[in-house]
Amino acid sequence: MFEELKTKNSVPEREAFREGNHDADNAARPGMNERIRRLREESISTPATLSIERALIETRFYKENEGKLAIPVMRAMNFMEICEKKQIYIGRDELIVGERGEKPKAVYTFPELTCHSVEDLNVLNSREQQRYLIGPEDIETYAREVIPYWSGRSQRDRIFAHVPAEWKAAYEAGLYTEFMEQRAPGHTCLDGKIYQKGMLDFKREIAAAIDKLDYFNDSQATDREEQLRAMSLSCDALIRLGERHAEKAEEMAKQEKNPKRSEELLQIAEVCRWVPAHAPRNFREAIQMYWFVHLGVITELNGWDAFNPGHFDQHLSPFYTKDLESGLLTREEAKELLCCFWIKVNNQPAPPKVGITASESGTYNDFTNINIGGVKPDGSDGVNEVSYLMLEVIEELHILQPGNSVHISSVTPNRFLHAAIKVIRKGHGYPSVFNPDVYIPQMLRSGKSLSDAREGGCSGCIEVGAFGKEAYLLTGYLNVPKILEVTLNNGLNPVTGRKVGIETGDPSSFTTYDELYSAFHKQLQHVIDLKIRVNQYIDRMYARYFPATFLSVITDDCIAKGRDYYNGGPRYNTTYIQCTGLGTVTDSLSSLKRHVFEEKIITMDQMLHAISLNFEGKEILRQRILNKTPFFGNDDNYADEIAVKVYNDLFDLIDGRPNGKEGGKYHMNMLSTTCHNYFGNVMGATPNGRLARKAISDGTSPSHGSDTHGPTAVIRSLSRLDQVKSGGTLLNLRFLPGLLRSEESVAKLGALIRSYFAQGGHHVQFNVVDNATLLAARENPEDYRDLMVRVAGYSDYFNDLHENFKQEIIDRTENGSF
Amino acid sequence: MAFLFDIKRYSINDGPGVRITIFFKGCPLACRWCHNPESVSFKTEKLYNRNKCIGCGSCVVACPEKALTLTAEEGITTDFTLCTLCGKCAEVCPANAVEMSGRDYSENEIMEAILKETHIMDQSGGGVTFSGGEPLMHPRELKSLLIRCGDSRIHRAVDTSGYVKSTIIEEILPHTDLFLYDLKLMNSDCHRRWTGVDNGLILHNLRSIAAHDKEYHIRIPLVEGVNCDEENIGETISFLNGLNKRPSVVALLPYHNIAMKKFEKLGKSYQENGMGKLSDERVELIREQFQQQGFNVSVGG
Repeated sequence: MFEELKTKNSVPEREAFREGNHDADNAARPGMNERIRRLREESISTPATLSIERALIETRFYKENEGKLAIPVMRAMNFMEICEKKQIYIGRDELIVGERGEKPKAVYTFPELTCHSVEDLNVLNSREQQRYLIGPEDIETYAREVIPYWSGRSQRDRIFAHVPAEWKAAYEAGLYTEFMEQRAPGHTCLDGKIYQKGMLDFKREIAAAIDKLDYFNDSQATDREEQLRAMSLSCDALIRLGERHAEKAEEMAKQEKNPKRSEELLQIAEVCRWVPAHAPRNFREAIQMYWFVHLGVITELNGWDAFNPGHFDQHLSPFYTKDLESGLLTREEAKELLCCFWIKVNNQPAPPKVGITASESGTYNDFTNINIGGVKPDGSDGVNEVSYLMLEVIEELHILQPGNSVHISSVTPNRFLHAAIKVIRKGHGYPSVFNPDVYIPQMLRSGKSLSDAREGGCSGCIEVGAFGKEAYLLTGYLNVPKILEVTLNNGLNPVTGRKVGIETGDPSSFTTYDELYSAFHKQLQHVIDLKIRVNQYIDRMYARYFPATFLSVITDDCIAKGRDYYNGGPRYNTTYIQCTGLGTVTDSLSSLKRHVFEEKIITMDQMLHAISLNFEGKEILRQRILNKTPFFGNDDNYADEIAVKVYNDLFDLIDGRPNGKEGGKYHMNMLSTTCHNYFGNVMGATPNGRLARKAISDGTSPSHGSDTHGPTAVIRSLSRLDQVKSGGTLLNLRFLPGLLRSEESVAKLGALIRSYFAQGGHHVQFNVVDNATLLAARENPEDYRDLMVRVAGYSDYFNDLHENFKQEIIDRTENGSF
Repeated sequence: MAFLFDIKRYSINDGPGVRITIFFKGCPLACRWCHNPESVSFKTEKLYNRNKCIGCGSCVVACPEKALTLTAEEGITTDFTLCTLCGKCAEVCPANAVEMSGRDYSENEIMEAILKETHIMDQSGGGVTFSGGEPLMHPRELKSLLIRCGDSRIHRAVDTSGYVKSTIIEEILPHTDLFLYDLKLMNSDCHRRWTGVDNGLILHNLRSIAAHDKEYHIRIPLVEGVNCDEENIGETISFLNGLNKRPSVVALLPYHNIAMKKFEKLGKSYQENGMGKLSDERVELIREQFQQQGFNVSVGG
């Protein structure tokens, strides 16, 4: 019954490049040299496959040992068993080594959390999009060895055995999603500690923490000891993983006929003999160190958003400077190593979910988000030569993963911002742009120290956290427009007729807008309570049954506290609820306020009737709504005030509620990733004239096409939200390529970003419109009313142009002559 | 009150930085390539966009003069012998297929719109550009706005054809930071043929701006068949060389027919006869000609 969660197959805003891996304008094998070109090609052309290796090792280990060991120790030994028994892969051109599976693009399953059925595996193997290949023998083995053991034991099975019917009804209606029913809590980033300490150093710290335990006065001392012992074992496991790569490289070197490659293999062996056991000594070891740690985190569990090195340019910069000075490294060699790393990340597609049917799709992107630029912990400019190298790598490789972002504080130089814009204008959407001058105060507001806040940044899509010191868990998206829809149906889901909310009054009895809004507010409160109640339960399930003992080693202060990452061990513990569809809900409320309650051009009953007909036969009304309603994103107070009210109410309903972890709290977040498609798909038409099943607005962006006053109006509307209150906001802006052609226009886009950030904006990303989008805009003008054309002394919107000129712009875009 | 047909934010091709452009309505010239045809008339005009029209007939019912007809072939047609331009049709049109172009804006309303762009002006070194139509045909309103913008320390550009009484230029000049000055054709007869007016006054006013040591940009629309011949380009260059102060930028604006749709909306036909797009190579040659003379040249926008 939970298999109904569908991700609509339509193409979301950023999908073209998220799913990219195709570089139309550089089909001639991009990459700085032959090695990188080959590795890149291999990464792109290798299909994603499912590997049952981890599931088999784990299931055998559990069958033999379950019940014999304390749970944290069991988890750590299980991790050790995988590191000890997994196949080691070293590809022929590689300089940075290590794959999660037995080869590039091979993805593990995590049956202890969510166990794929035979049907799931068959669907994954055969569906149209985001396919994961798996052979019939493997499916048979899985059915025989893995599925019977985990059936009823998996985390997901146990969660769903517990949740109340009311929660299920709301969940099935699409009022919210639940992240942790399929993957472990993650969204985690690292600070700089692994460049100062190796696993042996962590083991010494752990031993010291065990020595300090007070068995006489601390009732939890035994729990802490078990946790700490498990963490120490996890360090051993990662060291073993490094050693096994060294062994493999030495063995390959012996057989290698090409003396140059043989030498390279011996260098790999030398690096892997040193890291991760010890702190890295140079640029190359630093990258390999991070990569082993990354592999450890994504092998231990399947946490959301994989893992993330945080401010990688800042961490690598001292090594880079030192190695260049000593002559150990050239700029080109450093860039080559970064390319190797980039490709390694691309080799790790996201673990596929269960319950996937043929019509659904997901993404291979696992949302590692490299933070580039920003500020240092002392507040000074963090941009360095490695930051520029990374921009070059992004531009040259153009691969799906890792995601990346530039962080533009008031101390960030314009030459870095402009270099980033030149990558953005290529039209792949990356990098996205963040404002440390908003997210640092956001972290201070939620209780972080100043230096911890500055060490922080954004991971996944846009979510804010203190890197290396915080568990900030995203729990799922809240479908705010759907909650309004349920309110307009007095607690029923109009799509199914089932009761999914509370009764807040018959809307046709409302005589004022305030009555309507207060009913909506009640419904919001009810749904948020429902969601938090189950989140609390799931959180405890992870703390108890699936401690992340390796992730705990590298997250402060888990060692000092002797507590797990999932159990309040980190210095900061945040739980986010991501609220989606601010634009759609604002525009819908604005429409009801204006047309039903103020101008009374239509009664509530008539409006609801038109909505129930999906506006069929009601086109005059729908056009009137679309064209004569104040919509969010136009610097219009009427709509913006509604948006601010909804935003602040969501904040008040979520922010500061305890999450049960060492003083940890719930906070609001405003991202949507691609969930606005799914959420739109479970909804009927809305009072803003949006038709049934169409996507709702993304992040905090205006509804598609409803902003018609240019980007400065959009950012002024967005600036009315006090963005320091949110763990992230998201703004998508669409630009025609012609707007970014010249040096001057790059500077002007830079000014637009600076202007938004000066007014308190958290994030912005640009869709430099591609040809497909222009064709779609011509087909569906309504959805693209915001596409601007700017010419001297003249300005107009794309869809107000003559057909011939539209064609000309399409041709120009096609030719890439911008 | 100022009579405008539009205010556009995030203008990136109307002077330095990011600007807000205020479009006055009404122009003494009638350039055949004009890309804002709704800017020419000093009166309110009705625009009708057939593509947006859903054929609901709301405007036909609402029209107090019974001036509108709805047919399957042409959509809405207006009998302008009956129409009083009262705007009822635009008001009731659910699809905004009918719009009235041109209305009075209060000075405060315009200033409010300008001040909304403070942040982007600060960040980009932008400001406000008064364009049109011909802004200098509204000298009282323009001067008052220029003074208020100056008081608010906003950079002011005036985009002009230069075809106005010289005393107006003299009066506006101290309150303007930059002129964007159109220079279309050097030959007086040709100028009259393509724009409807003589260029004597235009050249005179430009000399006067240069004599006042005021910063100005020259804008030259490059229309094949009109002003791209060697003779005109040569004369333009020697004219500019003879001025007291040289333009800080010469902007070459290759002709485009982007405005075709706007002519349709006005119910006018677009006469392209004789005008054409200049090839990129020729644009480049002209650019080089200016550059060789030491002008700072920009192309397009």
